[in-house]
Amino acid sequence: MTRPAAVLFVIAVLGAAAAAADIPLAERKSGYEFMARETRAMQDDDSANPATLWVLDAETLWQRKEGSAGKSCADCHGDARTNMRGVAARYPAFNEARGRPIDLEQRVNICRTEQQRATPLAFESKELLALTAYVGQQSRGMPIDIANDAHIRPFLEAGRVMFTERQGQLNLSCAQCHDDNWGQKLAGAAIPQGHPTGYPLYRLEWQTLGSLQRRLRNCLFGMRAVSYPYGASELVDLELYLMWRARGMPVETPAVRP
Amino acid sequence: MTGSKQSPPKFSAERHGSRIAAIALAAAIASWTDRARTEEQLPPYTVVGDAIPQSLTGAKGNVERGRSIVVNRQVGLCLLCHSGPFPEEKFQGTLAPDLKGTGARWSEGQLRLRLVDASQLNPNTIMPPYYRIDGLTRVAPAFQAKPVLSAEQIEDVVAYLATLREE
Ligand code: HEC
Ligand code: HEC
Repeated sequence: MTRPAAVLFVIAVLGAAAAAADIPLAERKSGYEFMARETRAMQDDDSANPATLWVLDAETLWQRKEGSAGKSCADCHGDARTNMRGVAARYPAFNEARGRPIDLEQRVNICRTEQQRATPLAFESKELLALTAYVGQQSRGMPIDIANDAHIRPFLEAGRVMFTERQGQLNLSCAQCHDDNWGQKLAGAAIPQGHPTGYPLYRLEWQTLGSLQRRLRNCLFGMRAVSYPYGASELVDLELYLMWRARGMPVETPAVRP
Repeated sequence: MTGSKQSPPKFSAERHGSRIAAIALAAAIASWTDRARTEEQLPPYTVVGDAIPQSLTGAKGNVERGRSIVVNRQVGLCLLCHSGPFPEEKFQGTLAPDLKGTGARWSEGQLRLRLVDASQLNPNTIMPPYYRIDGLTRVAPAFQAKPVLSAEQIEDVVAYLATLREE
């Protein structure tokens, strides 16, 4: 490379670094704000929100004795409406025994295997979606509050890299769509800012409730990037980064999306 | 990050960036990208200024096939980001310039380079490199070591875009 070319190149790269920026905290918007009026109305009214069916199931599951320990969630935690308040707003959270953050689905399954002595629930199973939606609902309206301490930081950083690095055959990054081009249309669909405020949520396209990891796998698939199995540490790190990026935003679980 | 030669350290779709500077840059770094290409398995091509003047296949593409690639959401993917003169296509993107008139604005050689690897003109572009397999990270197994479009498909799309002369 000739000298002037090298200088030009450096300027171009620095320019790139300056252009890529996080969304200012005050300008963040939930996916809700990008939805049509009818879809918002579904989320606003629990009796119109299909996710309510899962939540009602979970009220029963919460009381049901499971596993060889013969204990229910309620036996340890009592009334979810008081004792689960604010929990989902703090997840993924650092787990001492595992030495890394775990998400709410993993937390539920640790209770299943270690406290109830039952088999873990499959990711995206009706029961696991119901329980996480129910626990999540107890944090509705509360601000997302992810710890950013020495334990969490390396995982948060790994999630940030995953979000900002180009990947896949299409050579796109999450940030290019969700930080730089939100509000634009991707083949007719509004690109939201990618905040994880409503999961698990009812997606009209899925015609069912789905987890945040399901959404992340959809975006990775669209990018033609390597995907990860449910529960993979890469996906949990990404969930952690997204929750931190949405810190202070209110939990909407269980939300509705197109 | 695993050995990506052409990806800048931070990424953004800097769509309002200076195109003139980008073209000057592209011309200046043509030799640099030539070197990068020696490791690829795709047949080589030559960049002259901001264009690839020669057909990748040596033949002219097919306009009809080119149009169907452009509107196909699993093959060309163009309408994810672009809009264009396709009245029958309801859902089009707003992330990129409208494709109408591209044939009047650009020569076939210029269109070819923009499809093959738009990042040679604008390192921050979000336009995927349609004919590049190196410098990519975590490509899904089904797509590894394959360009998004084949040389024949690139030529079909170039031939079609060249017909879009009406602004
Ligand atoms: C090329 C554009 C594009 C890329 C790249 C992309 N996404 Fe998305 N993402 C979308 C679109 C469009 C939607 C909304 C889908 C819909 O509602 O139909 C979406 C939805 C989401 C949502 C759901 C937001 C909500 O309100 O429920 C999250 C979270 C998300 N993306 C995260 C990511 C992450 C993490 C990555 C990278 C691994 C990524 N996205 C890559 C386009 C993209
Ligand atoms: C993920 C987004 C994306 C996809 C997919 C995409 N492009 Fe682009 N394209 C862009 C952007 C953004 C630009 C603007 C210039 C830049 O950023 O380099 C562009 C520029 C162009 C240009 C130059 C237009 C002008 O007037 O300056 C042409 C021609 C073009 N694209 C054709 C295509 C075709 C044909 C396809 C499909 C085979 C395609 N693009 C797919 C994002 C995309």
